[in-house]
Amino acid sequence: MESSQAVYEALKSAGIDFVVSLPCVNLGKIMEMVDCDSDIIHVPVTREEEGFGICAGAFMGGKNPAILMQNSGLGNSVNVLASLFKLYNFPILMIMSHRGTVGEFMSAQVPMGKATPRVLDALEIAYFHPKIPEEALKIIPEAWILAKTASAPLGILLDINFW
Amino acid sequence: MERIEAIKRIAEQLNDELVICNIGFPSRELYHVKDSPTHFYMLGSMGMASSIGLGLTLAQERKVVVLDGDGSVLMNMGSLVTIYNQSPENLILVVLDNECYGSTGSQCSYAKTVDLLELAKSVGFKETFLLKSDVDYKNFKNVLETKGPVFVHVKVDPGNADVPIIDLEPEKIKSRFMGEVKRID
Repeated sequence: MESSQAVYEALKSAGIDFVVSLPCVNLGKIMEMVDCDSDIIHVPVTREEEGFGICAGAFMGGKNPAILMQNSGLGNSVNVLASLFKLYNFPILMIMSHRGTVGEFMSAQVPMGKATPRVLDALEIAYFHPKIPEEALKIIPEAWILAKTASAPLGILLDINFW
Repeated sequence: MERIEAIKRIAEQLNDELVICNIGFPSRELYHVKDSPTHFYMLGSMGMASSIGLGLTLAQERKVVVLDGDGSVLMNMGSLVTIYNQSPENLILVVLDNECYGSTGSQCSYAKTVDLLELAKSVGFKETFLLKSDVDYKNFKNVLETKGPVFVHVKVDPGNADVPIIDLEPEKIKSRFMGEVKRID
């Protein structure tokens, strides 16, 4: 199964109907699929932090929100995750292209790539790490149920070798 | 005019509108002058008021009034660009501009030298208002009836009112607000 198709189908079966995004080379195809889907409101944003704020508002308006972003965006969003999402118990599905992992060709991606799991741990945000498209297809809908039940953000880390 | 007075005059004219109120003293002052389940008080995440408001407008049809501040708008200026592009008809962004970081001791902000109203216009906001005179405040009903996105610039004096902290748990603020959103939507 193709990786982008798997993530898109997983978002659909999870019932995600509101997506904010910032591009990553690995997320391009999913962004196009989401954008073409009239059942999903897609909001491209200027910075991931802003995207999280928009998703909190959308959740209060009755939507099931997800963010598509590169793991670098996690660094831009630490405060909003702690002092909005954790403080008020907002759920969100965080689909992260995890750069700086095995197979990375840009050294600049490595420091944030290494820090990513530890930043998530520091924020006490649970995350899954599907290795192949079939696994993502199964885990992502389960992850959203978990996020909603726990009223908490939940991460999906997709390594370079996933794509 | 003091900020609490500006908040009072605006809040008096609100009925069913949903309100996202900025972190710090603005939320405390609003809570003090008028509390309502239609209010979402921010206790953290400076800069996010306009973004939360945008997400809420895109998710449902009720009118949303965001009470933001100059320092917060400067912290999340990309939000103006996103709002303009998404163009929600039900969003009214009110910026209470005291040209300083009021909740942390009134240190100057760059709103002293940059006109936020002109900034919003240059981004593309077509409906912009300046609240200054008594008449402007009395006509706030017209602002509420304007098709958004609307940008409202309110110049206020620096300083905070002597009001207590908000004695509501964050979860309570959220669940009460969400109950209100569901009630009519």
